[in-house]
Amino acid sequence: MKVGYFPGCSLQGSSRDFAESLHAVAKALSIELCEVPEWNCCGASSGHMIEHLVSVALPINVLLKAQKAGLDQVMAPCASCYNRLATASHEIAHSPTTKAQVEKVLQTKIGKLPRVLNVVELLAQVADQISAKVSKKFEQTVACYYGCLLVRPAKITGFDRTEDPVEMDKLVAAVGGKSIDWNFKTECCGASFSVSKTSVVGRLGAKIMHDAVARKAEAIVVACPMCHSNLDLRRGEINQRLDTKTDIPVLFITQVIGLALGLSAKELGLGRHFVPVTFPAKPAAVAAVP
Amino acid sequence: MGAYFARPEGPTVGREKHMSSHHESSTASHSLAARLEKEGEVSVADCYQCGKCTAGCPAAEDMDVAPSQVLRLLQTEAPNHEERALKSLAIWMCIGCETCVTRCPQEVDLPRTMDFLRQEALARNVANQNADDVVAFHKAFLNSVEKAGRLFEFGMVGDYKLRTGHFFKDLGIAPTMFFKGKLGLFPHGGANKREVAEIFARARAVKKESQT
Repeated sequence: MKVGYFPGCSLQGSSRDFAESLHAVAKALSIELCEVPEWNCCGASSGHMIEHLVSVALPINVLLKAQKAGLDQVMAPCASCYNRLATASHEIAHSPTTKAQVEKVLQTKIGKLPRVLNVVELLAQVADQISAKVSKKFEQTVACYYGCLLVRPAKITGFDRTEDPVEMDKLVAAVGGKSIDWNFKTECCGASFSVSKTSVVGRLGAKIMHDAVARKAEAIVVACPMCHSNLDLRRGEINQRLDTKTDIPVLFITQVIGLALGLSAKELGLGRHFVPVTFPAKPAAVAAVP
Repeated sequence: MGAYFARPEGPTVGREKHMSSHHESSTASHSLAARLEKEGEVSVADCYQCGKCTAGCPAAEDMDVAPSQVLRLLQTEAPNHEERALKSLAIWMCIGCETCVTRCPQEVDLPRTMDFLRQEALARNVANQNADDVVAFHKAFLNSVEKAGRLFEFGMVGDYKLRTGHFFKDLGIAPTMFFKGKLGLFPHGGANKREVAEIFARARAVKKESQT
């Protein structure tokens, strides 16, 4: 299987563990990730917040490069990149005014653009293959945390159930894990306020962690660099706001699948987390009472 | 929660300087609502003030004007109400999580409205002073992308510190980030820098042209 690949800036920097685990898992599943040549930043939140036209032109430029390279679908592992690519495509398709403006900016006609996929969508397509290759069941109870931009707005992403998504939960089940039913699956983590309004990230993260821990999750599973860094790197700010501090790890879905496929902690970048990736010891099986 | 539904009045903390004469002579056809409809294809008149956006907003408690009130301030098309929306802290506290538009029974695109108001507040130089850090972050972010074609996180945080004076913030986590390989000290190559810089320049020119 061959798919276009837009890494995005985070995967080259603060989320190298996401990139490492994605590449390791793709290799194990024989998925060829074809990187979009000369890709540029999608503009992320800052783009659409303060320069709208730039925020549409940058992702469309990426998709045009992908199209030129013969890719008919592009997978963006970062939820924010995924959302910006999908939103820009949607806007070009639905607003003739914006389309004309972006054509002027990019100095080219825009035709049919490649389809945009997120990493969960891609992995869901090969769920059977993943199940068949499990060498070490992932026997943990986790909270699948989708955040905002994988699922919203529904009419743009068209991905999963908007208020109660289940695709990541299904992947966890496919590798032998259990996922909890909880309230904060799609609540916001504060995203780009990590730097500029860290207290907001602490407050929102504390609510998310509190619910997950209260419902006995042993780890949080995410598919977004911002969700990961706000719950992992910002755990100090979160714990300041919790009565009982929590040290449960935050894993990317690719790391969960990688562990089940028998890949090493190093290949999956687990050592890069702020909160160490450890799980409670499972009680030894009790001998049957005669 | 009661404060969210308070009447939109009381002192504003936005900057008074540089309010454009264009704004003072605002008429209905040049109202923010009319421009938002034309430029952003959002009709604030569709909002019937049910408050569902405010109820689900993760940032509402940090806002001086609730999300639904921001729409109400635009609906009246009164210059003093528009000014209050533009000078609000609320437009900068919106995280862009898209919860409101997803749940809105009228599908009013409130995130797009917030984007429009942020950009207008910057253009008129009336952004709320309590949002200086947020504005500095967005500017540092885009500045980094405009220069290198891709975000250079370390450089962006340095630029943010220069803009805000928060030199000591997060110094505690920086060494750990570095040793865990999460903090690159050099920008990434690979993007076509000139092409990206031209996209920024042309986008600004096209925007200007569309507004005249």
